[in-house]
Amino acid sequence: MSLRTRTGLFLASGSVLAGLLGWAFAGLPAFGHYHGVYGRALDRVSLGQTHAMSTIASVTFDYRGFDTLGEEFILFASVLGVSLLLREMRERDVDAKRLTERFEPIRATGRIGVPVLFLLGLFVIAHGYLSPGGGFQGGVVVAAAIVLLAIAVDYRAYSGLAPKSAADLVEGVGAGGYVAIGLGGLVAGATFLESFVSRGTIGELASSGTIALLSWSAGIEVAGATVVLASEFFEELLARRR
Amino acid sequence: MHSLVPLVVALPLLASAVLVALGRHVPRPGPDVVAIATAAATSVLCVLLAYAARDHDLVYWFGGWRPAHGIALGIDFDVDFASACVAALASVVATASLVFSWHYFDEVGVLFHALVLVFLAAMTGFALSGDLFNLFVFLELMSVVAVALTAYGDEPGPLQGALSFAVLNGIGAFFVLTGIGLVYARTGALNLEQVGRALEHRRPDGLVVVAFALIVCGFLTKAGIVPFHFWLSDAYAVAPAPVCAIFAGVMSDLGLHAAGRVYWSGFAGALASHEAGLRAVLVALGCASALLGGAMAFLQRDLKRMIAFVTVSQLGVGLVGIGLLKAVALGGSTLVVLSGGLLRAAALLAVGLVISVTGVGDELRGRGMGRRLPLTGIVVALAAIGLTGLPPFGTHAGRALVESGAPGGYGWLPVVLTVASILTSAALLRAAGRVFLGWGASSDSILGPQHVSAEDEEPRQRPRSPVLLVPAVVLLLLGLGLSLYPSVADQTTSAAARVVDHRAHAAEVLAGGPLTATRVDSDTFGATSLVSGIVSAVGAVALALLTLRLRRVSDLPGLLLVRPLKALHSGVVGDYVAWLVFGVALVGALFAFLLR
Amino acid sequence: MSYLPYALAAWLFLVGLYGVVTSRNLIHLVVCLAVVQSSTYVLLLAIGYVEGGTAPIFNGIPLGKKTVDPVVQALTLTDVVVSVTTMALLLAIAVEVHKRTGTLDPDELREVRG
Repeated sequence: MSLRTRTGLFLASGSVLAGLLGWAFAGLPAFGHYHGVYGRALDRVSLGQTHAMSTIASVTFDYRGFDTLGEEFILFASVLGVSLLLREMRERDVDAKRLTERFEPIRATGRIGVPVLFLLGLFVIAHGYLSPGGGFQGGVVVAAAIVLLAIAVDYRAYSGLAPKSAADLVEGVGAGGYVAIGLGGLVAGATFLESFVSRGTIGELASSGTIALLSWSAGIEVAGATVVLASEFFEELLARRR
Repeated sequence: MHSLVPLVVALPLLASAVLVALGRHVPRPGPDVVAIATAAATSVLCVLLAYAARDHDLVYWFGGWRPAHGIALGIDFDVDFASACVAALASVVATASLVFSWHYFDEVGVLFHALVLVFLAAMTGFALSGDLFNLFVFLELMSVVAVALTAYGDEPGPLQGALSFAVLNGIGAFFVLTGIGLVYARTGALNLEQVGRALEHRRPDGLVVVAFALIVCGFLTKAGIVPFHFWLSDAYAVAPAPVCAIFAGVMSDLGLHAAGRVYWSGFAGALASHEAGLRAVLVALGCASALLGGAMAFLQRDLKRMIAFVTVSQLGVGLVGIGLLKAVALGGSTLVVLSGGLLRAAALLAVGLVISVTGVGDELRGRGMGRRLPLTGIVVALAAIGLTGLPPFGTHAGRALVESGAPGGYGWLPVVLTVASILTSAALLRAAGRVFLGWGASSDSILGPQHVSAEDEEPRQRPRSPVLLVPAVVLLLLGLGLSLYPSVADQTTSAAARVVDHRAHAAEVLAGGPLTATRVDSDTFGATSLVSGIVSAVGAVALALLTLRLRRVSDLPGLLLVRPLKALHSGVVGDYVAWLVFGVALVGALFAFLLR
Repeated sequence: MSYLPYALAAWLFLVGLYGVVTSRNLIHLVVCLAVVQSSTYVLLLAIGYVEGGTAPIFNGIPLGKKTVDPVVQALTLTDVVVSVTTMALLLAIAVEVHKRTGTLDPDELREVRG
């Protein structure tokens, strides 16, 4: 089909689709007036049942922890896919000197900023069930800190800190760790992903049962996955041109 | 038995993670053995679950969060007989594919096995899940892994197939998510049974109808139903053979399975008074897929792409079974999916063997090259005959159940299904004749442009490892023999009857209520079904022989009509997306008229 | 006014699809897919919003105070991170396509057809 025919077909179907969506959305509760039973029930029982202050964390890692397992493996699989595509086919080596920040103030800021950001990421992961945050958010921050090293300082420092083999291992540990913790529930005689660790006192770091462990495993996984992705694309960028 | 349920997902995932973390240091065949063992163990588990779910569902609540006052707090796996069987199909096909790839790839990294194991976990999870968003997560996981596997290959080849796969399935998933959002807004629930209960008592309005349309269309995109099917043929043509076998055998069937599940558990109550309209639309889509798939299969020269269109056609038949909205037909659809899937996967592995030995996966270029592979040829031919539903083998029982479930006014259905199976099986038989026996011409202009698959090389002669044929033979025997298993028809029909009785089903899941164990007797071997099975088989053989003797498909009369059909499959992803949007708009508009 | 966020979600969805259909550059196509995906997030989050509700984190606020729906927040946050990696996979495909064929125009990728 030519571009014009295709666009015409799309505009016609798109208008019908727009009408259908409008008709559907008219049946939605008005913005701000949502009264779903699921959310309200969870709000009422979550603190008492899971000892996690953040209902979002308890939903992500406890009530709907199985979804999060699937999402983690989507991360895992995409990274495998990117590695397969870019790594195995690449026969060139990498010219690391091309990614170097030469402006000294930025390098200095980078050298200070990276560890601070890294610690912030760890903090966000650790306090996920006590305040906004958690494994996914914190993991991204940790990964950002590591990638910042490549951008603000130079690539050699980055690949020294986070070599691909280590990142692979970290990813596998993160993903496998989540499943293993879930199996721990089975081993302890309960169901998969049921908490088998004491729930502790509300408000303390050592609380909320397996939510803490799962949050860490997710954080490790996300950080490892993002670093591997960044490395793959960096190497693609820096590959020596023949 | 109860604790085994999560293992069908957890086991392959754990094995995959371990392989990635440590596999680099283990030489072949270490990773192969681990992967095959895990897949085989998962198959055994799934079969055990199917056996346990014969009379009542196994409901497993993750994290121990059982529903309170009819509100589901957590996620559940709703293991009913059909779902467990489909999960078993996924595991068996994956095991066969892994055994095949052991000797198929000269060199394969550990990442391949890790991806196949994750794929297996995604498929079993998708088959068993009873929660809407969980279905979406596993759908995305399946798509991501499948795209990665499609792009896998030792030699550079067109990535176009992987691209179309990713884009179309991604958009399908977005449609599903939008529908889920709408459902959540209305019902405040994500658990399928709870949604069904919440929607039951009101007349369906725009939100419910459109949400249903969006979710169903998203799953039908995965299932390769016309007009959402364009990505399927491109992806199969590009993916390596063992991966294709999983695609053809089970991946797309899962889309149908999910669509049926979502309808019966979630929307059957709300849309009950509009069954006739819904039936018409779904059966129409199914017949369109069955016929178009058959026609396109007949016009292919690339063997894997041909099987892709055979899959589209067969899934059309499966959709007809679901779309008839009767327990008997639903049971028949399950049987068609199971037996057809096994046979298609067997055929694809056999094709893979041909590619491995001769270096060619094209019917015309490969003419006569299969003469040294008589057993492989027999596998392909028997798979093709099995797919016609020659009684009592292969898909016969399933098709008979589907046909017997057709209410009044659908008397023409057996004719359509027969024509579709004649076309698909004739295509396979023709290809088998040309490749393994050297019959027919060596060029034929209408059979598609020549596409050089990633595995095509210069024609060669390679010693064949006998191991390569074993998985195909096993799948073939399972697929042919499924209909022979005593009371299989009764079993699937009873299981389907339990699904159709959605109120009792919801009570069972949400409150551990009375476990229903209904038995429904079905009389499958009525005269019409025997006739249509025999006619299909005979017709397929006749058509194949006719085409080979005529030496050119282009010599067959009436084929000028189908050239535009081939042109539609342009390979351009923008075209495919335009057709997808068209399909959603069409289905949505039809639902809007018929289901209010 | 109270349906504006939903209209925005619908608009993003359709515009993103238009971009995908008419795209002449694979990178542009992937970004349009990201736009479609973000429309689903807007829809989910808009559905869950409760006027006058606070974040569902009971750190110092009494149980029983009105909060926004926690479920959609959890669904969206995991989905956002996942979409990053799926987009990465698509972009890797785009990079490889460019390496092998020299073009990024989806209309020129017609090798597998018919």
